[in-house]
Amino acid sequence: MPFSNEEVLQFIRENIGGEPVSVSEPHDFLTVELNPDQLLPLVGALKSHPQFQFTFMTDLCGLHIPEQAGKELGVVYMFHSWSSNTKIRLKVFVPVASPLVPSMTAHFNSANWMERETYDFYGIIFDGHPNLKRILNVDDMDYFPMRKEYPLEDQIRNDKVDSMFGR
Amino acid sequence: MQNLASFPNPFNGIIPAEKEEFVNDLTTLNLGPTHPATHGVFQNILQMDGEKIISGVSTIGYIHRAFEKIAEHRPFYQITPLTDRLNYCSSPINNMGWHMTVEKLLGVTVPKRAEYIRVIAMELARIADHLICNSILGVDSGAFTGFLYVFQEREKIYDIYEEICGSRLTTNMGRVGGMERDLSDVAIAKLKKFLKEFPPVYKEFEALFNRNRIFMDRVIDVGVLSKEMAMDYGFTGPNLRAAGIDYDVRVMNPYSSYEDFQFDIPIGENGDTYDRFMVRNEEIWQSLRIIQQALDNLPEGPYHADAPHYYLPEKQDVYTKMEALIYHFKIVMGEIDAPVGEVYHAVEGGNGELGYYLISDGGRAPARLHFRRPCFIFYQAYTEMAKGMLLSDAILVMSSMNVIAGELDA
Repeated sequence: MPFSNEEVLQFIRENIGGEPVSVSEPHDFLTVELNPDQLLPLVGALKSHPQFQFTFMTDLCGLHIPEQAGKELGVVYMFHSWSSNTKIRLKVFVPVASPLVPSMTAHFNSANWMERETYDFYGIIFDGHPNLKRILNVDDMDYFPMRKEYPLEDQIRNDKVDSMFGR
Repeated sequence: MQNLASFPNPFNGIIPAEKEEFVNDLTTLNLGPTHPATHGVFQNILQMDGEKIISGVSTIGYIHRAFEKIAEHRPFYQITPLTDRLNYCSSPINNMGWHMTVEKLLGVTVPKRAEYIRVIAMELARIADHLICNSILGVDSGAFTGFLYVFQEREKIYDIYEEICGSRLTTNMGRVGGMERDLSDVAIAKLKKFLKEFPPVYKEFEALFNRNRIFMDRVIDVGVLSKEMAMDYGFTGPNLRAAGIDYDVRVMNPYSSYEDFQFDIPIGENGDTYDRFMVRNEEIWQSLRIIQQALDNLPEGPYHADAPHYYLPEKQDVYTKMEALIYHFKIVMGEIDAPVGEVYHAVEGGNGELGYYLISDGGRAPARLHFRRPCFIFYQAYTEMAKGMLLSDAILVMSSMNVIAGELDA
């Protein structure tokens, strides 16, 4: 049974008991920003909802936006309802000083490695994850390489001028 | 140098209670990182009770190349060669998926002819990918002949790539806005030859395997994946369809004119290794059908969009026309800013839904680019599936899942 983005949004409003932090629709892809504590109950409700059936987690990845003071680190979740071919994207943002997000492994086993990857690259701590340790990088690495403050090039090099070759 | 004893024991808490007293009788086996049977650089540390796997831990990341970090520092067209190296058995699919993502961000409409050429390239890539997976599955079960048979045919696919784009394995095929050149007469001739000569060879391959008693005994009811587990672990592609769920991005969210073609989506029943093999076999036939239709109905017209800001002009024009020279310079030097936006685009890769999540902040490079790599997501189920299995069966299951190290590690 197909449904519109507005219906999902209405359900989200009712479920979290108020207005989400922000809502946008880039390329018809409903994107909702939430507070971290609203995330797990909402996803559980969307997953078990008889009409929506967001039973498949397509993707989970991290974000780092240093300009957003107090909300520097983010996690993006994408869910797909195969019964009606609708996707939604949920975002949560946390301060870089205490990057604590509830773990999605409570609802989807596929979140296990994706959260480990996000922790590995962004240092976001997933509360309740069964085995949160680095996955692609070496275990004794002491920084989180995808954060914007870590440059791509070796810092020893001075033959490349940033204004010319950098971003 | 860190003391070896200070590393945490990877098996802490995962040995079942009833096996706890035998823990000293168990053998630890390192399957990988470089083992002929893993067909890629990744490791499984297995706890074995004789021939039986009690538990396992996957270690990945041996060929991690930080593509997502590199991509934040490259203009869009320089990211295409990075995508080649994700699933290197089907590079054109990765390339096209990336071009389509950027086109979605820019709002560029690609002409039909370019889309049909892309479909041809993508389906060839799917055939090449499935050929490798299925023939290697044969090798792992002790049948080398089929592998040699179809690898000859794979070479012919690579010859066609070469005619289309000039390279074979890491193709860097197509450009943002279309293809870099039109389908040449030689390419069309080679394609027609392939479409004529490949089916009998593949029939022979199928005759070697499909009803082969030895092969069937090795693969039927081995590594059964239920629908629920497949969805829970984020399986997509042939592995998911073998478990009985008919999710295919080409049908659910058609891209690049896939809605124009008639083809079937094969699905399995039991989700075992045999079903995965048979689903891939059938997908090869369906891909051939799509290529035949695309070639028969190849529309006339331009092979790239009119998007001068992003599509490199003809070399001849660069020498003679001022505008072309300016655009050439700006594109090559990465001086063109992309619009602000947030895009997710997925294509049906060789292994499943290959997604690109792109956030642009208006700079010349992405602010964030995330690859949804199907291998990375479903491979975490492997140790779960391998529990209680014989080692020789576990090797077959790994082969039939078609885990590609490049896609695993990005």
